[in-house]
Amino acid sequence: MLEQIKTIRHAPDEEYYVSGHRTCAGCGPALVYRLVAKAAGPNTIFLGPTGCMYVANTSYGCGPFAVPWLHTQITNAGGVASGVEAAYKAMMRKGKYTGERPHVIVMAGDGGATDIGLQALSGMLYRGHDVLFICYDNESYANTGIQTSPTTPWGAVTTFTPSGPAIPEGKRLWPKDNAQLVAHGHPELKYLATASLAFPLDLMNKVRKGLNAEGPAYLHIQAPCPKGWQFDSDKTIDMAKLAVDTGMFQLYEYENGKYTITYTPRKRKPVEEYIKLQGRFSHLKPEHIEKIQQFVDAKLKAIEVEVTAVSEAAPTD
Amino acid sequence: MAKRVSLSGNEAAAFAMKQIDPDVVAAYPITPSTEIPQYFSQFVANGEVNSEFVAVESEHSAMSACIGASAAGARTMTATSSQGLALMWEMLYIAASMRLPIVMTVANRALSGPINIHNDHSDSMGARDSGWIQLYSESAQEAYDNIIQAIRIAEDPRVSLPVMVCMDGFITSHALETLEVLEDEEVKKFIGEYNPDDFLLNADHPIAMGPLDLQSYYFEHKRQEQDAMDNAKQVILEIAEEYEKLTGRKYSHFEKYALDDADIAVVVLNSTAGTAKVVVDDLRSQGIKAGLLKPRTFRPIPGKEIFDALKNVKAVAVMDKADSFGAYGPLFTDIRNIMFDNKDIKIVNYIYGLGGRDVGTKDIEMVYNDLMDIVKTGKVYEVKKYLGVREKGGEEVWQL
Repeated sequence: MLEQIKTIRHAPDEEYYVSGHRTCAGCGPALVYRLVAKAAGPNTIFLGPTGCMYVANTSYGCGPFAVPWLHTQITNAGGVASGVEAAYKAMMRKGKYTGERPHVIVMAGDGGATDIGLQALSGMLYRGHDVLFICYDNESYANTGIQTSPTTPWGAVTTFTPSGPAIPEGKRLWPKDNAQLVAHGHPELKYLATASLAFPLDLMNKVRKGLNAEGPAYLHIQAPCPKGWQFDSDKTIDMAKLAVDTGMFQLYEYENGKYTITYTPRKRKPVEEYIKLQGRFSHLKPEHIEKIQQFVDAKLKAIEVEVTAVSEAAPTD
Repeated sequence: MAKRVSLSGNEAAAFAMKQIDPDVVAAYPITPSTEIPQYFSQFVANGEVNSEFVAVESEHSAMSACIGASAAGARTMTATSSQGLALMWEMLYIAASMRLPIVMTVANRALSGPINIHNDHSDSMGARDSGWIQLYSESAQEAYDNIIQAIRIAEDPRVSLPVMVCMDGFITSHALETLEVLEDEEVKKFIGEYNPDDFLLNADHPIAMGPLDLQSYYFEHKRQEQDAMDNAKQVILEIAEEYEKLTGRKYSHFEKYALDDADIAVVVLNSTAGTAKVVVDDLRSQGIKAGLLKPRTFRPIPGKEIFDALKNVKAVAVMDKADSFGAYGPLFTDIRNIMFDNKDIKIVNYIYGLGGRDVGTKDIEMVYNDLMDIVKTGKVYEVKKYLGVREKGGEEVWQL
């Protein structure tokens, strides 16, 4: 059982995601990885589907993992994780493995979690494998050069959704909400939460809750990408904070059939404050930004309605 | 003591798996291999095995789960056919290059499209270059024997590669056959425990498996797969010898049937070899020196041994139950390559039985007759021929 960390000063000193990687300056996913590994501790197996956190992290003979790590394809992290979990179950039963039950953690990008890897994720959750599946969401296929993914926001420019005279707004689809998709169709799911890089203590404690749950858990962590979102590399944490403060990203937990909002900004900021700092939105006209504001307002309203227990505490203007 | 039982090919495969009692089996249903995990799941339900059975959501995940389990240090098995193997294709290469000793039974079936559930070898031939060892089985007995030996071959530290045991879908997988099986204890003793050096759960020695491997190392790692295949040639023979001592059944890289003094010979895989043996016997009774070579090990292909086995034959027909459109059948391509330095042999290719088109003794007689003509005239008019197909403009019209 991993205990909840009381304050950031109580966080363990030990690091299990160390030097040896080649991520961009200010990389959100790399910072997420560090916190996840710190929270999970030494008895952990990481599974890394292809994506930024695979390509930029590992090269033969050099890597940042101080715990066992296994590559999976971008398609199949859920499948491979199921096999790892089944293996230790059988081997413990047969007395072939006598160590402690390891934490099996998948660290998938948004493509590997919400798009091409969704089938294997759903299969793993449905079958009840004791795995923590984490999506580090940098809102694009960043590793291949910033192509649109299901979590890329409406209006963002990517190399597959450029802005032009015929399509001035860039991306014309609203993002897929994977946490919602996952939460309601998998009866074996034991714990689900969203987390943000701007709230490291909350993030680490959610990792621990997910690992303590006996069964599958899903964590969706927003991980800003300076290169893909086009902002200065020293602004990663600021960007994560603004996402939450504007309601572009919401922090909550879902456990035993109940939602709990885990952070409510005292005063919600307009989305424009978030959007204007990112090059991927620089082409947007005021009417486009208004559209995003309406989408966020509606989404938060929906959560208030759904999460009746905490409706008074829900973010308001 | 060995006992005689009546089992279908699928039952024999599942029975072998029961005796092996692997740590993890992950599988997805597909005709005609479905019964293998189906019977196996009953063994799990009955408590007759101590395995984790994972009923995954696709064959891609079946192979993925096998990879995860095997990487974690578990003895891991599965089974599939046709589209299932095709969907696994991406993961087959990864299993082999991670050097994971997974054993998979393939009940061979035609690949779509058009969709067809019956037997040919287009599925496993499509996985020819994936780095898996491929063993082919004429009968349920051979499938059973191959599966048990495959565990040892795959896990041998000199090899450390996954093994595919192929048998003909429906023809072998569903036909009831009398075969001899070992006692559970004999199998247990023969396969031993699986104790890999490196695996994920080894906390004393944490490893990273499958890191990015660019120009500096990738080539060497691929080269090592070739070394492992080379080693497998010897290992397969050693294990066959040990297995023969246990069972009395002799296995090698291929079976020679009336081949040593043969003038004409057919090379064919799996169940069709049984039909061809009947034809060989018949021709021999007429004084015709006909023979047969039935490969068991297709990957690695035992080149030198095949060269020696066919060196005195005058004409050879290689029968392929898979085609490479615009080229030749895969088995033919290998055999003709192997025999290239023997200029005295004429070698022709027959594509036969695609989508389960029945091939009987009459068809195979035609092949031997063609070979006799080639020997007589010294001429080959067509290198690649199709056996038992309605040809456009031919005598048999295109109609249902």
